[in-house]
Amino acid sequence: MVTLKELPREEYLLKGHAACAGCGPAISLRLLFKALGNKIILVVPACCTTVIQGPYPYTSSAVPLQNILFESTGAAASGIVAALRQRKIEDITVVGWAGDGGTVDIGIQALSGAAERGTNFIYVCYDNEAYGNTGMQRSGATPYGARTTTTPSGKRERKKDMPLIMAAHRIPYVATACTSYPLDFVNKLRKAKEIKGTKYLHLLTPCPTGWRYDTSKTVEMGRLAVQSGLWVLYEVENGKFKLNPPSDRLVDKAKRKPVKEYFVSQGRFRNLAQEGMERVQKWVDEDWDQYGKLASNSVSDLALYGKI
Amino acid sequence: MTQTIIDTANHLAGYAAKAARVKVIAAYPITPQTTVVEKIADFVESGEMDAEYIRVESEHSAMVACIGAAAAGVRTFTATSAHGLALMHEALHWASGSRLPIVMAVVNRAMGAPWSIWPDLSDSLSQRDTGWIQFYCADNQEVFDTIIQAYKLCEDERVFLPAMVCLEGFILSHTYAPAKIPDQEKIDSFLPEYKSGWILDVNRPYSHANLVAPEWYMEFRYMIQEAMENAKRLIPQIDREYGKFSGLEYGGLIEKYKCEDADLIVFTMGTMGSDAKLAVDRLRKEGLKVGSARVRVYRPFPIEEVVKLAGRAKMLTTIDRHISFGMEGFLASEIKASLFDQKDRPLIAGFIAGLGGRDVTSETIERIVKKSLKCMHTGRVEKETEWVDLRE
Repeated sequence: MVTLKELPREEYLLKGHAACAGCGPAISLRLLFKALGNKIILVVPACCTTVIQGPYPYTSSAVPLQNILFESTGAAASGIVAALRQRKIEDITVVGWAGDGGTVDIGIQALSGAAERGTNFIYVCYDNEAYGNTGMQRSGATPYGARTTTTPSGKRERKKDMPLIMAAHRIPYVATACTSYPLDFVNKLRKAKEIKGTKYLHLLTPCPTGWRYDTSKTVEMGRLAVQSGLWVLYEVENGKFKLNPPSDRLVDKAKRKPVKEYFVSQGRFRNLAQEGMERVQKWVDEDWDQYGKLASNSVSDLALYGKI
Repeated sequence: MTQTIIDTANHLAGYAAKAARVKVIAAYPITPQTTVVEKIADFVESGEMDAEYIRVESEHSAMVACIGAAAAGVRTFTATSAHGLALMHEALHWASGSRLPIVMAVVNRAMGAPWSIWPDLSDSLSQRDTGWIQFYCADNQEVFDTIIQAYKLCEDERVFLPAMVCLEGFILSHTYAPAKIPDQEKIDSFLPEYKSGWILDVNRPYSHANLVAPEWYMEFRYMIQEAMENAKRLIPQIDREYGKFSGLEYGGLIEKYKCEDADLIVFTMGTMGSDAKLAVDRLRKEGLKVGSARVRVYRPFPIEEVVKLAGRAKMLTTIDRHISFGMEGFLASEIKASLFDQKDRPLIAGFIAGLGGRDVTSETIERIVKKSLKCMHTGRVEKETEWVDLRE
């Protein structure tokens, strides 16, 4: 387990990048580079990082970065991995870095294909729960009740559970993370780097522009998401489910903050009425019953599908 | 030693990928392309080919995986048809815009709806403006030879563009014919190690294909146009160079047959070019001065050669296995556009034939030519585009 002090001082996300103030994805990308070093090739589809990296002839990335079509991160990574293997290069890690739209919606096919083929790469979905780059339209990862520019009165459907969809691919490593828990994220990346096959990390990245909160509160928003149990930190390693701190202490409902606290802190939920908040609270509690069972049983992957 | 085999054009495409020492193949099956990638899967699994075959989940991913592999420094190949090619459309632009020398066999098939598995050229011609070089083949041997030539061309630093090698489904794809496979050593010396203009390199990191503002975008497009012009110059040279050891040449951009003294020249693409030659031979026996010009390279379009050919002829006939709805066949349009600046233009009559795999035989072409000769004699083309053998 790495500590803050042990993180490398080298910066591979360079100064002058074009992210918004308080951008969760930019904070996490900087950490990703610190966790994995500069012997990586980053594959980036259309997403906020298209802008964050800066326009030609500049770049804020100090690692080779392949921009690729919106729906095709998994496919591009497959090609790069195959080429490196043909060239007998073994010390370079291929990393897909895609937003939630590019992962759970338009990119799910290429990602699923790459995972099914066991492509040896790390895929990180940085999830700000909407199409941020285009001005916050609803995605499959947008949560119930959130106002976006295409759901002006609030989304009517629940968030797609992408990490468990990826666990159903029986890949060796699936993990969730959150910008607000940097060491957890770094350690999960370091672990993923050592595992052969497809590794999937789903990272919740608060977004002040889209979620409508003050730019100084990005870390706080992520913490609230985790503390209320709306976002759960866990790993599925070779089919074994494990809750990670601080989520592992939240199986007991009394220890979780009410979801309402999270909702009232963000402008995007301003249309969510008390009744809606209660509905979400019920869903969260039901989900946690399952997480608790999964964690206590350390079940095999097959059982995992049966339980959730 | 040159080896003579009897095989289908699809299998020959597989042999060509092997002879070109392709390192990564990414492909998705679609009729009538399937036997290309099945052949390659056999080569890879048996170890005859030292390559990786990525069995992707769609044609879109096939092209993007080729982009990734080419960017990471190896020679790539894929093959597709019709709807698969249409699904790739977006990635075709990305490949040419990235200046990656990917070579793809397109086994031509008509587009739905309604479903058709039979050939016409509307799938690849719909991709005209994607920045890909397009070759059209007339026989199995040419498929093999053109794939090798295409790598040589695409990996030339003056070009660095991807290329499609098109062959009509079933007419060629599943038809057995004898073909010569040149000595591997000769292919190796003709086609050295993979070369591209750039590579994903941790020691020279930069963002590739990131956002380009209006003050730079046009220059990138202009460079593609320049590369196309360079390709136009290089294709005949490469064809001749290849011919030196294979013994076969294809006339570079246009295969010309008995055009020198022809009053009428019939322009075709693909396999119709072979039938056109048979038709020309028979018509010549009747004392009719006709010739055949098979456009082998559609992008870049051989404007200058068309102008040269037209200078001597009184009448040009185009036969398109394609229709641009609301206009005419592309070949007709391109030839007219090529000749617009000429003073004494020949008459031009356009014919649409063979859509969705309807047979176009040498007899069909004879009939078309005879109809055109009438126009030539009256000095007037009454119908600018005529559909051949259309049911009433």
